[in-house]
Amino acid sequence: MRVFNLVKISYKAIVLNKMRTLLTMLGIIIGVASVIAMLAIGEGSKESIRATISSMGSNMITIRPGSDVRGGVRQDPSAMETLTFSDYEAIKEQADLLTYITPLVDGRGQVISGSNNWPSSIYGVNPDYLNIKVVGLQSGSMFTDAEVKSAAKVALIGQTVVDNVFPDIEDPVGQMIRFNNIPFKVIGVLEVKGENTFGQDQDDIVIAPYTTVQKRILAISHLNQIIASSVSEEDAPEAVIQVSEILRTQHKISDSDEEDFNVRSMEELISTFSSTSEMLTILLVAVASISLLIGGIGIMNIMYVSVKERTKEIGLRMAVGGRGADILMQFLIEAIMISITGGVLGVILGLSATVFIEEFLNWPTSVALYSIIISFAVCAITGIFFGWYPARKASALDPITALRYE
Amino acid sequence: MSKEIIKIEDLKREFVMGTETVHALRGISFTINEGEFVTIMGSSGSGKSTMLNILGCLDQPTSGLYEIDGVKVKDLNRNELAAIRNEKIGFIFQSYNLLARTSAIENVELPLLYNSKVSTEERRKRAIKALEMVGLGDRLHHTPSQLSGGQQQRVAIARSLVNNPVMILADEATGNLDTRTSYEIMSLFQELNKQGITITFVTHEPDIATFSSRTIILKDGHIVKDYLNDDIQSASKELAKLPKEDN
Repeated sequence: MRVFNLVKISYKAIVLNKMRTLLTMLGIIIGVASVIAMLAIGEGSKESIRATISSMGSNMITIRPGSDVRGGVRQDPSAMETLTFSDYEAIKEQADLLTYITPLVDGRGQVISGSNNWPSSIYGVNPDYLNIKVVGLQSGSMFTDAEVKSAAKVALIGQTVVDNVFPDIEDPVGQMIRFNNIPFKVIGVLEVKGENTFGQDQDDIVIAPYTTVQKRILAISHLNQIIASSVSEEDAPEAVIQVSEILRTQHKISDSDEEDFNVRSMEELISTFSSTSEMLTILLVAVASISLLIGGIGIMNIMYVSVKERTKEIGLRMAVGGRGADILMQFLIEAIMISITGGVLGVILGLSATVFIEEFLNWPTSVALYSIIISFAVCAITGIFFGWYPARKASALDPITALRYE
Repeated sequence: MSKEIIKIEDLKREFVMGTETVHALRGISFTINEGEFVTIMGSSGSGKSTMLNILGCLDQPTSGLYEIDGVKVKDLNRNELAAIRNEKIGFIFQSYNLLARTSAIENVELPLLYNSKVSTEERRKRAIKALEMVGLGDRLHHTPSQLSGGQQQRVAIARSLVNNPVMILADEATGNLDTRTSYEIMSLFQELNKQGITITFVTHEPDIATFSSRTIILKDGHIVKDYLNDDIQSASKELAKLPKEDN
C-alpha cells in the first residue's frame, strides 16, 4: 500500500515534468539503443564469419604428411609419401571422435569434352567427402563404395567445370569427359559454393573415386591427405590429439621424435577470425557503455536539480508525516522509473536501428537476447545507483530548514 | 475537565552556534485542553518559531516534558516523530505550501498517502469531506494557480483536517492575506473550533488574538502572559463591518 502510494507520487512528478523527464531519458535511450545495436553488429559479423567457415566444413580435420629430413635436406611435405591407406584404415578403425573420413589424392589436369577443354583439379575421395565438405548435389548422385572398390571411371564435376566444358548442355549427367585422356562418365554435378574466404573457386573441381585417381591418373599408392570430420566443432581439438596418437603408433614414432605428419582442424582459423570480431564487439560495447554511463550521470544531474527545486515540497511531505525512508523511496522510484522507461524506449530504438542497419546498409546483424537483458539490467542499476545519492540527500533534509527554504 | 491535548513542563531549547549557546526557550510550562483556540504571540526572537517547531514535532526540546495526546515526544526518533505529525497534527503554513500543478483534492489527500491504514476510497472520501468543510466542495479539481490566496489557504486547512488531528497548528496562517480574506479565514477557524477542533495559532498580529479563546505571549524564551480571552470577537461580524470593496 505504502509503496504503491509512493509509486503514484513519483509517477505524478514525472508526468508533471514531461519535457525534463524526456530529456533525461534521452541519455539512457541512446545508451541502451547503442549497446543493443553495437552488440547486434558485433554478433552479426561474428556469425557471418562462422557461417563462412562452417560452409567449408567447420569440424573438418586435415591430415597431411609432414616434412622430413633426408640426408640433411628438408623435404617438401607434398612430396612425402608417408601417408598410406593403412593409416587411413587405422584412423577409421580407432578414432571414435570422427564421423566421416576419406582418403584424398589430388592432381591437376585438363578436362576435355568434345571441342571444349578446361584445366582443373581432380580429387580422388570416397563418398564421405560430400559430408565432410558439406556439399550437396545439384543433380545426379554420388558414386558408391562398390564403384570405389572397382575403381570405376565415374566423376562428379563442379559448376565452373560445367560452364566451361558443357556450355550448351543443361544437365551434363550421363555425358562423358576425359581427364588427362582418361574417360570418365559424369554422374553428378556439385552444388555451387562460390569462392572461399581465400578467393579460391570451390566449384572448379572434379571428384572421382580415390582408387581410380590413384591408379589411372597419378599412378601412386600413397595418399596425399586424409580428411575427416569430428563429431562436433567442440570435439575437433580432442579429435586432432586422437588422430595424432594413432598416427604416431602407425608410424612407430617415439615420444621424443618429431611427427612426420600434420593434423589440423579449422579451430585455429575460426578463433583467428572470431578474435578479430570479438575485439570489434568489445570496442563497440565500450563506446556504447560510455554513453550509457553519461546517460546515468544525466539522471543524477536531473535528480539533484529536482531535489533542490522541490526542497520545500520535501519539507511539506515530511511535515505531514512522510518519513525519511518515504522521501528516499519517492526519489529513488522516480529515478528508476525514468531509467526503466528510458530502457524500454532504448530497446525499441536499438531494435529498430538494427533492422535499419540490416535492411539499408546490408550489414549482417544478430540481436542477442543477452544484450537486451544486460542493457536493461544496467539501466535499472544505473537508476538505483545514480538516483540513490540525490534521494539520500533529500531524505536527510531537516524538515524545518526544508520548509523555510526559498 | 476536558482532555489535555498538549502538556508542556519546564521546556527548554538551546542551540549551539559555534562557541555560543542560544537559549531560545528558557523553561516554559502550559497545557492546552481539547476544544481550545490558543494563539501564541510574540515578536521575532521571542522563541515563537522554536515553540512552533517543537509543538509540531519537527524539533525536539533540549530538556523538559512535552506530551501530545498522552504521548511523550522526547526521545522519539525521526520516524516516530513523522508518525505523530501524520496522525495527531494538522499543519497550516503562511505560504500555504500546496503542491503546484496538483489538484486541490490531491493536495488534501497528501497526508493520508503516508498513512497506510487508509484505503484509496476512504482517502478520497475524507478529502472531499474536508474540502466541503472549508467551503470548496465545488473546486475539487482546481490547481493552486487557479485558486485565490484565500482559497489556497482553505485547501491547506482542508489538508490539515483530513487526518482528523488532535490539534491544528497554524503558522502565521493569515500572514500572506489581506484583511478581508484573513477575517474570512479566521471565521472559518472559529467555525471549526466551535465543532470542537483544538487550534493553536502562532502569530505576531494582535488583532488575530482577539478571535481566540486564549492567548500566550512569549518574550525572550519566557511566557510573559497567558490569559483567557473573555471578550472573543466574532470574525464574521468583523468581516461585515469592513467597508465594502469597490468594484
